[in-house]
Amino acid sequence: MTEAPAKIAIRGLHKSFGSKHVLRGVDLDVPAGSSVVVIGGSGTGKSVLLKCILGILQADAGSIRVDGSEVVGASGSDLEGIRHKFGMLFQGGALFDSLPVWENVSFGVRARQKIGRDEARRIAVENLEKVGLATDVADLMPAELSGGMQKRVGLARAVALQPEILFFDEPTTGLDPIMADVINNLIRSLTRAMGATALSITHDMASVRKIADYVAMLYEGRVIWYGRVEDLDRSGNDFVDQFIHGRAEGPITVGTR
Amino acid sequence: MNPLRRIGAGLLDLCQQIGSIATFALISIGRGLAGPWYPAQILRQMIDIGYYSLPVVGLTAIFTGMVLALQSYTGFARFEAESAVATIVVVSLTRELGPVLAGLMVAGRVGAAMAAELGTMRVTEQIDALTTLSTDPHRYLIFPRLLGGTLMLPLLVLVADIIGVFGGFVVGTTKLGFSPYTYIDQTLQYLETQDVVVGLVKAAVFGFIVTLMGCWNGYQSRGGAQGVGAATTRAVVTASIMILVFDYILTEIFFSR
Repeated sequence: MTEAPAKIAIRGLHKSFGSKHVLRGVDLDVPAGSSVVVIGGSGTGKSVLLKCILGILQADAGSIRVDGSEVVGASGSDLEGIRHKFGMLFQGGALFDSLPVWENVSFGVRARQKIGRDEARRIAVENLEKVGLATDVADLMPAELSGGMQKRVGLARAVALQPEILFFDEPTTGLDPIMADVINNLIRSLTRAMGATALSITHDMASVRKIADYVAMLYEGRVIWYGRVEDLDRSGNDFVDQFIHGRAEGPITVGTR
Repeated sequence: MNPLRRIGAGLLDLCQQIGSIATFALISIGRGLAGPWYPAQILRQMIDIGYYSLPVVGLTAIFTGMVLALQSYTGFARFEAESAVATIVVVSLTRELGPVLAGLMVAGRVGAAMAAELGTMRVTEQIDALTTLSTDPHRYLIFPRLLGGTLMLPLLVLVADIIGVFGGFVVGTTKLGFSPYTYIDQTLQYLETQDVVVGLVKAAVFGFIVTLMGCWNGYQSRGGAQGVGAATTRAVVTASIMILVFDYILTEIFFSR
């Protein structure tokens, strides 16, 4: 399917919640060093997919291999070892609201190694600079930040651990178009600079065109189209066409859930 | 639906809940004891649960002691056994009312706050974020709370016992015509170590119940503000009911001794 070896290889992934069958056999390869964006409507299981890869949710069936190590069924230190490779930017930022910004950013680093407060603060400021935030932001509480700044702090927290793989859960949702572009540019430049593999989920097409190398479309719990972002406009797939042009009419029907 | 079937479904649901609460508690304790420990978190919880509950528990205790003195005087005067008032006050407080009332007050104050805090952390994905930052939520969030509750409630109850006896003393000496010396003498004369110990054991169990219900309901909450609200209510209601049930069970266990 692709040239580079797969950093993450997903085969036949299933996940249900009660009678709701969310993922129905997802197959997806994320080539090392590239950026894959999963698109799909709300409620198609995009977030569930990310959480299964992280092992936060336990998949019902199928296989997820990260650098060849199986995530499904892994536990304890094996899972912990795999998780060390990941950094994630959550949809709402998911900053710890009881801690100031700098402690948020250095949280993961301090969890993995014993370092002093001064050193932790230095690392935090350094990473805040990478996302274009000034030093004085470090002492603010998350509640004092705007949505765009929270996203940037979340991004700084995700990259502070120098992960091999970065996940972005709807990175531009809830931001104005200019701030969204700022975040997209940061995602692009940071992942390139780190040589990281990126997996994002979004339904913002501007974001897709900016950050994706490859695009996968998730529909009814399966990947129905996968290809280079350049081929997105000539996919020849009616579902993809309807989605990227945002048309209400087409093969995808929006049921009343 | 068949009424028998409905009863069965309810019962199965209850068993499942009990099982999942027990698993949750065992996982948190097991992983918490295995370390790494978070002393700062444990200290914060101990201060939150113990120190900040002092005013409300103290007020409850002093009025309970005062009412007990008045009421038991009314009752015992009919048998011309007024001299038993001091003993009744101290025994009822240490064995029964101290732990139960402190447990109920702490359930309202601490259990509700825990469910709301953890519930909010859950719905804003802060708990998932912890996992991605190499921090086990059971070790970092749950274990310090369970430990704090189990350690601090006995100390709170010890203080409540003393304040409650003082309440009885004030009423006894100012309204019921006891001399301060007789009242204190009668308080200590028939009091056994056993009475206090039973109360403290109860307190430790209630502390565990309150924090476990707060943590579990918060941790499991789903669906935004409404879900967090429901979790908070459930935490207080289930903790209160369980305190009363376990109060009977523990009393019966200690009854013969």
